[in-house]
Amino acid sequence: MNTSSLDNTLITRNEDALRVISLTEAAAVPKATKREKHTYRQIGSERNFRRTLTAIGAAMIALVLGIFITLIIESIPSIKSLGIGYLWGKTWDPVRDIYGAYPFLIGTLLTSFLALFISIPFSFAVAIFLGEYYPTGWLPNLLKNTVELIAAVPSVIYGFWGLAVLVPIVRSFENKIGIEPAGIGIFTSSLILAVMIIPYAASLGRSMIQMVPSNLKEAAYSLGATRWEVIRSVSLPYVKSGLFAGVLLSLGRALGETMAVTMVIGNTSLIPKNIFAPGNTMASVIANEFTEADHPVYLSALIELGLVLFLVTFVINLIGKKVIQRYTNE
Amino acid sequence: MSTKIKYRIGKSGVFQGLTIAFAFACVIPLIAILLYIIKAGATKINWHFLTNVPKPVGESGGGIANALLGSMLIILLASIIAIPIGILCGIFLSENKKSKLAYWSRLCVDVLQGIPSIVIGIVAYFWLVKPFGGFSAISGSIALAIMMLPIVIRSTEETLKLLPDSLREAGYALGLPFHRVILKVIVPCGVSGILSGVMLSVARIAGETAPLLFTAFGNPYLSTDMRKPMQSLPLLIFNYATSPYNDWHDLAWGASMILLVWVLLLNIFTKLITRKWKVQL
Amino acid sequence: MESTIIKSVDYNAYFGTNHVVKNVNIEIPKNNVIAVMGPSGCGKTTFLRGINRMHELIPGATAKGQILLNNEDVLEMHPIFVRLKIGMVFQRPNPFPNLSIYDNVIAGYKLNGIKISKAEKDRIVEHSLTRVALWNEVKDSLTKKGSFLSGGQQQRLCIARAVAMEPEVLLFDEPTSALDPISTSTVEELFHELKSNYTLIIVTHNMQQAARVSDKTAFFYMGELIEYDDTKQMFTNPTDTRTQNYITGRFS
Repeated sequence: MNTSSLDNTLITRNEDALRVISLTEAAAVPKATKREKHTYRQIGSERNFRRTLTAIGAAMIALVLGIFITLIIESIPSIKSLGIGYLWGKTWDPVRDIYGAYPFLIGTLLTSFLALFISIPFSFAVAIFLGEYYPTGWLPNLLKNTVELIAAVPSVIYGFWGLAVLVPIVRSFENKIGIEPAGIGIFTSSLILAVMIIPYAASLGRSMIQMVPSNLKEAAYSLGATRWEVIRSVSLPYVKSGLFAGVLLSLGRALGETMAVTMVIGNTSLIPKNIFAPGNTMASVIANEFTEADHPVYLSALIELGLVLFLVTFVINLIGKKVIQRYTNE
Repeated sequence: MSTKIKYRIGKSGVFQGLTIAFAFACVIPLIAILLYIIKAGATKINWHFLTNVPKPVGESGGGIANALLGSMLIILLASIIAIPIGILCGIFLSENKKSKLAYWSRLCVDVLQGIPSIVIGIVAYFWLVKPFGGFSAISGSIALAIMMLPIVIRSTEETLKLLPDSLREAGYALGLPFHRVILKVIVPCGVSGILSGVMLSVARIAGETAPLLFTAFGNPYLSTDMRKPMQSLPLLIFNYATSPYNDWHDLAWGASMILLVWVLLLNIFTKLITRKWKVQL
Repeated sequence: MESTIIKSVDYNAYFGTNHVVKNVNIEIPKNNVIAVMGPSGCGKTTFLRGINRMHELIPGATAKGQILLNNEDVLEMHPIFVRLKIGMVFQRPNPFPNLSIYDNVIAGYKLNGIKISKAEKDRIVEHSLTRVALWNEVKDSLTKKGSFLSGGQQQRLCIARAVAMEPEVLLFDEPTSALDPISTSTVEELFHELKSNYTLIIVTHNMQQAARVSDKTAFFYMGELIEYDDTKQMFTNPTDTRTQNYITGRFS
């Protein structure tokens, strides 16, 4: 590269410089062109790489749109023949060709909200404990990692454990309070779900609470507030929408959870009479009946449930993420 | 001290105590599950269990070799598909912070992360099972790959975003083209974060059952044909746990223990290596 | 008569709609040390980064005009060719943390996939490290990571990395502002050494440094090139009152 002009100016310099020239001259004409060729190749690969990246970025959009469109297309037979009333239909009886999703909507809402209700005190306790009382140290660290591991246990194992351990416990409890001792049902599913969703609200809540500016808390302490008063009237109000986002993410998980619920909910398509009754959620009925659905409307009705699940979790997650984003940007 | 202040301090102490109690109560179910499964599963596991396929109902013995092999093959193929795509997409998102396409792409990755696994199963059925005329391990792998993607993408993006711009500039100033700056400088420096995302995603799909119900479907025999139905650990656990036979329950307990230990170790190991491998900047 | 290596013609640089470098015309002679000084925010760094097309890496950044390297407009060339001919050293030492000292020196070859023999590598490493007076300090620990070195050593390693590519021009963006006084003087001595083979353009916020190391000095203010002259002339008898105010410390 431009060796000729280099020579002219360097010729009068000291010995040190002459050594440099010899180095560049060693890499003289043929090599320079070889290197230029190499660089042109690099420029070509650079362009291809950028294109690949863009294509993959676009592919994610295509993937999600594809999922959405597939669900819609496959739901069309059901939407056509059952209409919007499908969602309020109280009977689900594929044998008589009657499809109503109400029992599953109720089952899903009952299990999810009951689970949320049970898990919130625990997940918030973890969030406050780690975010406020003991943010560092080996014991809090161990707690944090252990709580995160709760999310790592496969749901089929929660289900199996629920069947073997939780169901008998719930059954004897039901015996005591004098209702039909099935063991399986909405309540048992909610218990399992409650455990499974603790980590989501807990870890988000923890990071939110840690973001509370310490000068706010110090101001309250300097006015003579106790630790609890600072948490209740400074920290928690400051992060309340962050905690709400954590709860939403937990709810999203609970709504879509399939295997653990399927294994302990009892799988009946009747509207549950109370929280101890067996039932079905949208996810569990899909898991149970999808491969048995032997005619188009039946199958399509199940897919429409999947579509509803998709849309509901979509909205919930989107709201949750937006709330989190607003926090982290501020 | 006035009683009012004493009351307030007492109240504060009570709430602190309650918080600690509730926080640590969360650990109880996890430990209970772990202990129970080890107790129920450990006695079932032996060489015979690992190297044989399940026996028909009524015969005792048998093992889960088909599920072990199936899980490995399905996860392997899913990883081969999802890891490169996920890392590249993560690079795209971290390098194009402000572009419109990246904004929508990022949104879709978020959406993908929230989609219930059973819905992924349905879609994979219509994309890969119905058109090709039957359940197959490949369709299961692709369903799981879709579930891996958001985890790999987000961890890659988050990792690369944290790397200082000075690294990129050092690369560009030496005349490196974009792809070499990314692949030779940025990615090697963020390798621990990316790797932890990859391992977490593998741990996540190792226990996924719902997307496999209508894709890999399960298979009581040993099979290595990816175009045919294939057994996997979570599928075996689900099918045998919900069966009425005690022998099958035993198989499911053994399989549960293997699955649980594997997944937990993968998670713990990930945490350890991310701490060790942090490149000093 | 010294030959001109870099010449900018009506060079303008923008961040979005923000006009940060305005109509800069400058001729830089070969094998000289040019200091570029001015108060912070005057556009001196942006101008420097414009010379090897690093400016445009920032999203929304654009440039207009010409910067001629040996009469070839770098804005028309592919940035990779430009950067192979014009090396750069940054404010903070930024050796590649994942590479050894040895690999850091030949990073431009190694990471670019340019194949050279082991012997040639060894020669380049020794030669480059010698040029930056680092060879004796690190020759026994070439396999260690670059991040183990002290700040001043890291900066010299970064200079060696740029020198190893045999560029024609070396750009320095406040190269000593993150260094202690002793390391600073070591780096300043290097400038005298290096100008025998390269043309050095050094952005500095430190007037004394500009006076100490440079042959010519350019003074930027509010995005404009106010004055450009021999350093001695500039510091003893500036023509523009703004330059005079600056070097007498009446504003900063």
